[in-house]
Amino acid sequence: MAASVTNLSPNETRPETRRLTGSQIIWDTLVNQGVEVVFGYPGGAIMPAYDALPQYPGLRHILVRHEQGAAHMADGFARASGSVGVCVATSGPGATNLVTGIANAQMDSIPIVCITGQVASTLIGSDAFQETDITGITLPITKHNFLVSRTEDIMPTLRQAFYIASSGRPGPVLVDITKDAQNASCDYAFDSTPVRLSGYRPDRYPVPEEFEQALELIRKAKRPVIFCGHGVIKANAMSLLLEFVHKTNIPVALTLLGLGGFPATHERSLGMMGMHGEAWVNTAIQEADLIIALGMRFDDRVTGNLKTYAPNAKKIHVELDPAEVNKNVKVDAPLLGDVREILRTLMPHVERLNIDEWIAHIETLKGDSAVRDIQELPDDGRLFAAHVIHDLWRQTQGKALVVTDVGQHQMWEAQYYKHDHPRKLITSGGLGTMGFALPAAMGARFACPGDEVWVVAGDGGFQMTACELATCAQENIKVNIAIINNGYLGMVRQWQQFFYGGRYVATPIKSPDFVKLAEAHGLKGIRVTKRSEVRDAVAQANQNAETTIVDFRVEQEDSVYPMVPAGADLHNMIRRPIPEGQGHNPIFETGED
Amino acid sequence: MATQTLRTFVAYVEDRPGVLNRISSLFRRRNYNIVSLNVGRTHEVGVSRMTFRVEANEDSARRIEANLYKLVNVLSVEDITDKPSVSRDLALIKVAVGPQKRAEVLQLCEVFRARAVDVGPDTLIVEITGTQDKIDGLVNILQPFGVAEMVQTGALAMTRGPEGEAAKSVHQPPILRGVTAA
Ligand SMILES: Cc1ncc(C[n+]2csc(CCOP(=O)(O)OP(=O)(O)O)c2C)c(N)n1
Ligand SMILES: [Mg+2]
Repeated sequence: MAASVTNLSPNETRPETRRLTGSQIIWDTLVNQGVEVVFGYPGGAIMPAYDALPQYPGLRHILVRHEQGAAHMADGFARASGSVGVCVATSGPGATNLVTGIANAQMDSIPIVCITGQVASTLIGSDAFQETDITGITLPITKHNFLVSRTEDIMPTLRQAFYIASSGRPGPVLVDITKDAQNASCDYAFDSTPVRLSGYRPDRYPVPEEFEQALELIRKAKRPVIFCGHGVIKANAMSLLLEFVHKTNIPVALTLLGLGGFPATHERSLGMMGMHGEAWVNTAIQEADLIIALGMRFDDRVTGNLKTYAPNAKKIHVELDPAEVNKNVKVDAPLLGDVREILRTLMPHVERLNIDEWIAHIETLKGDSAVRDIQELPDDGRLFAAHVIHDLWRQTQGKALVVTDVGQHQMWEAQYYKHDHPRKLITSGGLGTMGFALPAAMGARFACPGDEVWVVAGDGGFQMTACELATCAQENIKVNIAIINNGYLGMVRQWQQFFYGGRYVATPIKSPDFVKLAEAHGLKGIRVTKRSEVRDAVAQANQNAETTIVDFRVEQEDSVYPMVPAGADLHNMIRRPIPEGQGHNPIFETGED
Repeated sequence: MATQTLRTFVAYVEDRPGVLNRISSLFRRRNYNIVSLNVGRTHEVGVSRMTFRVEANEDSARRIEANLYKLVNVLSVEDITDKPSVSRDLALIKVAVGPQKRAEVLQLCEVFRARAVDVGPDTLIVEITGTQDKIDGLVNILQPFGVAEMVQTGALAMTRGPEGEAAKSVHQPPILRGVTAA
């Protein structure tokens, strides 16, 4: 392997050179990269590194209960902070346990650096104890990965890993370090010059003609919609988007991961689009004559059937990754680059559009469906998940950092918790990883120590990583956990109800007593069965010093509406059935709603 | 979807362990239909050059390029399909002919500018370079004599004229600007 990885110019002042072991170099490099917390689990091949860890008291290590949790914690930290999250594992099973977490980070473009121990370089290829080809395994699910077998390569490689993970379209980078490289020593001085990689150019710039083309489309639009995707948040383009909307008056629809990129309570916010998007949003998209897509990738959960998708709309696609342009949807005006820079460039050239008719039309669409699909739930003492989320939103004044798991509760959260601020909704979008929420929230806790953190998880997914409750207890990590307990793998049950003749195969799920489970960990638990108890429970959980589980026993066979069946036309939504003889009885008709 | 045609790419990559694996993994994962792939050294230490051919329409060809650029070890990529270029395959063909028909085979080879590189009592190895068409032509002609073995490289290609785009940007990969709208 070619070794020239540093690019110090000769007159650069270097910090003092010391002789360190590879193990010390790992931590010293992390400290120099600004890392304060790592999530990990020890084992044979990473033991030298762990042995050196106490020499770096500025680095907090969180001992997880399963390496998947470590990867999700790093991921949650990265999403909440906007900087790189770090996790550590041993070779073999430790490394393979990271795989789900890495794939999750890759799908949602989250910058994490995973450090794994590897068997000694002399043993590689011999099927040694706990040897796994983790760089081979993670090749398709990382942005890049490295195998390091020489001590002097550790620092430069880790620097590259941080740079690659966080630049351009971010993503996970794995650095596999052999045990002998950790044990050996070399002269070391942290290199703080910019990293340069010959084959890596993360930046993009649109050409002027493309701007002209896009501006022309914007000026002519009569029924425009802006799409706010994850890229808006990653590029910190929220205030520019707000300014853009104030200038042009164009309404904004959001992807799941874009929620928070534009204030949900803003009058031009339409809400979430796609499979469980509100009916008016999807209808508006189907009727639009211009889509300005910002930092999103036209995922199949967003578009439904591509053949009938937004048939009348010209499309402007603002995107950093050229491989995403024209991938799923044919684009009329691509603008390749950073969302922020592009909005900044467009801003002086746009003005208020004459689209009052369009806005009025969307308002009628809203009026038609608002009380039908997601609000048509009786407030008759029964507890619906929507009640829980709505009341949680009220009680936390919409300011909590909410981390969801995957399933019905995730969609209800997206529909009912109105996120006005970026990085306050953390959810597994691309991979849809059950078990994500609790560990991701624990990671996010370190990024936002002042926030009220709420996990919103299903009874099924919560059990996938519930072992991390012990980590909360040992490491004094305080989060609040709302379990939306419906006794089912609800989202799958819903598909079975709609598409598989109501045969509930392998979806009824029995759970432990979550209150007792919390207590068994020395934590707190509260059970809620009535709507009237929701707000007190939320307040109580937040007051408790310990992590607290609130076990919300909700309606068991409720479904998420509306729903665009997978692959169906976006305007063909399954709507909430209105029971015979019942007028509308909106869920939120209490005094303050 | 626009029609698929055979497209030829040139790519410069870092000569490191695992780079070919990264590239083939990308092709597999993205479901690109590789027709041939060739990789070897260049005049520069640490830099390899690839030629590969894929069945793709114009749009996916552009995305292949964009996806390749996402690989950190890929230095530069050029789609040379529509550029004047030279393309060559090399084939070795073992023909099962003894002394009686040897002269006849050699004569045919002459026509194709192929040459014999090994002669055994009952076989003859013929080397030919050229386009796929030319190689196929020779193989067809030799078939009646009995082709015992055959091996072929994928295409090697190079644009005509001055230094090609990919070669020029090995040390300064382009900052991708714009995408041609469809
Ligand atoms: C690791 C993993 N396995 C399986 C699935 C498929 N899946 C998606 S949602 C879901 C049900 C989730 O049930 P629960 O956690 O109780 O949440 P609910 O839908 O009931 O709110 C399942 C099994 C998945 N997304 N992730
Ligand atoms: Mg459930």
